[in-house]
Amino acid sequence: MKRSLVLLTAAVLVAGCGGAGGSAEAPQEGGGSPAKVEIEWWHLSTADPLKTLWAQRAKEFEAKNPHVTIKATVLENDAYKAKLTTVTQSGQAPDLFATWGGGVLQQQIDAGLVKDITDDVADVLPTFTPAALSAYQVDGRTYGLPTDIGVVGFWYNKKLFAKAGITEPPATWSAFLETVQKLKAAGVTPIALAGKEKWPGHYYWAYLAMRIGGLDALKQAATDHDFTKPDFVTAGQQLKALADLQPFQRGFLGAGYGTADGQAAVMGNGGAAMELMGQWAPATQADAGEGLGEDLGFFPFPAVEGGKGSIGDAFGGGGGLAVGADAPPEAVEFAKYMTAMENHTKAVEAGGVLPVLKGEEEAVKDPNLKQVATMLAGATGYQLYLDQAYPPAVGQQVNDSVAELIGGTKTPEEIAEDITEVAMSEG
Amino acid sequence: MTTLTRAPEAVASPPPAPDPPRRGRWVTIALFLLPAVVLFLLLVVTPLLVAAYSSLFKWNGFGGLPTDFIGLDNFTRLFTSDIFAEDLWHLLVLIALTLLVQLPFALAIAMLLNQRIRGRAVYRLVFFAPYVLSEVITGVLFSLILSPDAGMANELLSVFGWESEWLADPDTVLPSLFLVMTWKYFGFHMMIYLAGRQNIPNELVEAAQIDGATGWKTFRYITLPLLGPTIRISVFLSVIYSIQLFDLVWILTGGGPSHSSETLAVTMMEWGFKRTQVGYASAISVAMFVLSLVFALVYQRYVMRRDLEGATTSMGGRR
Repeated sequence: MKRSLVLLTAAVLVAGCGGAGGSAEAPQEGGGSPAKVEIEWWHLSTADPLKTLWAQRAKEFEAKNPHVTIKATVLENDAYKAKLTTVTQSGQAPDLFATWGGGVLQQQIDAGLVKDITDDVADVLPTFTPAALSAYQVDGRTYGLPTDIGVVGFWYNKKLFAKAGITEPPATWSAFLETVQKLKAAGVTPIALAGKEKWPGHYYWAYLAMRIGGLDALKQAATDHDFTKPDFVTAGQQLKALADLQPFQRGFLGAGYGTADGQAAVMGNGGAAMELMGQWAPATQADAGEGLGEDLGFFPFPAVEGGKGSIGDAFGGGGGLAVGADAPPEAVEFAKYMTAMENHTKAVEAGGVLPVLKGEEEAVKDPNLKQVATMLAGATGYQLYLDQAYPPAVGQQVNDSVAELIGGTKTPEEIAEDITEVAMSEG
Repeated sequence: MTTLTRAPEAVASPPPAPDPPRRGRWVTIALFLLPAVVLFLLLVVTPLLVAAYSSLFKWNGFGGLPTDFIGLDNFTRLFTSDIFAEDLWHLLVLIALTLLVQLPFALAIAMLLNQRIRGRAVYRLVFFAPYVLSEVITGVLFSLILSPDAGMANELLSVFGWESEWLADPDTVLPSLFLVMTWKYFGFHMMIYLAGRQNIPNELVEAAQIDGATGWKTFRYITLPLLGPTIRISVFLSVIYSIQLFDLVWILTGGGPSHSSETLAVTMMEWGFKRTQVGYASAISVAMFVLSLVFALVYQRYVMRRDLEGATTSMGGRR
């Protein structure tokens, strides 16, 4: 019976055990040296090069400011989201934490957990590209600094494409479905997918909805909570058409993303020809598997014939650093330090993140990432990940429903109803 | 006045002192109870009341107490939800499998290890060891073993030309989960049965054998009935565990694929901490509490009453 109280006790315990400790200790009396400060920093860069680079930045900052200690908590995507939610519900936030912006950040701002850093960062604000910054600005106020921005697209294995006799990546949805069939015919697993973690699956539905209904359809749905419109159902039907081809690796419904037998590892070890993933994909492929090196290519999500959206519309997100409401001023300083040109460029050069600063484009070395950066720069429109753009309940329901659609337990019409029902309950 | 003068007489009179002085006794009891009661109120009763209270609100868990009162809407939504119905179905399946497979298996092993066989201490230790592991470690371990492509289970079974997708297939996920649960818990039940078996006097068994009872008959008419209290307790623990099942599922499948291994506690976690609808999640937790409570009371009243003379549900021992 005690377990049934997990909901509340866990919240209390997590808050007590350490989530959001780290604010400034009582100021020391007298003396010139500033009081000791600990910065609690949560992020989710579990793979190199970022893992090492971020740790180096923290060390450097500590060396320059001897009174500051930075305590980093690094968690994998799903665990990060769950732990951050738990802690923020208890009324506190870490001093510095990774955010994607959107509806999730909005909820945290509404709860008074995020510091308005507009005035603190006014001096550095003009150095960022507006596209990178926009996700962290609400009503003209700034709540975070971007560290990364990119787009989701198809990463493919050139060798396996050649094996199936495919010379050019598909530019239309019907050509894409043909490509999948050709790959299957050649005995190649067409697509790697992490079905246990639901966020990678939602990329397919989101992109299809964008291509078929256009960006405005997704924005409209955020306010009228109606996901049963024909365009959304069509998106579901097209995704079902793909799933019916059985393009995914064996056991994909139980596969994680970054685990030893997960999506990134299957892709990185040459076990599948494609994955739909964001700009961090090459790094994770090399971390979880062997990595593809020269054989890795990138192409944008194909256009759907007769759809309202353009192939130039990009879907994705980046990452930013938000500052907790009770954080010491040093937390903002550290965020500025991390995103200063000479420091951030190192992460760009290593291929861990994409440019967020003006004039940083030159630092992108990897040809694939260059392609992502070019696509981003020329994007005709931009949509943030749905599980971040919408409030958490709606975003998670999108993830969940798309997983059910791909798993074959629900129809496109049923998932449209399910998402709408949750969106209404939230609205 | 009279009582005061009589009191010493009473103490001094031959039949030895009946009770120690009343007041002193209650103070002692209260002092011993105090720490436990405080902890119980703080960690069990308070969260219970808060959960019951917040289940009546639409609340995302942020900022102070809930304000948007919606009555029993969360419960209406819960009882009409497909997922909730599925959760209950999974619960029934797991309980049925536990009672029909896991416990008989544990009993058989216990009977076997009660014989004089070589190295039985080693077997007992080995079978009991998984119970000592944490659920999370068990989960991680088996997600590696049962991985469809790289796992040890398929590697071994492919020798016999047989493979499974285990946790990745909606049709096999519940049996696979049950397999892991059995691996972890049968040793515990085996230990309980062994202890119970050793409390049965050997004279009874010998007497039965002199009367001509064979091995099976001895088991059926002597051992099994006398193990009754032990078996009833082990069934009780299994059912309560199944209602609260969370850690293993969360690590192994997260409730998937497509909710096909989801349990009540996983649904609650999903809504409370991933979707920030804490009001609705509280309604789930209240439902779980009521389910556990009703089961516990009914089971103790009707099944375990022989074993629990004087417990609350048997009305002070008078029936």
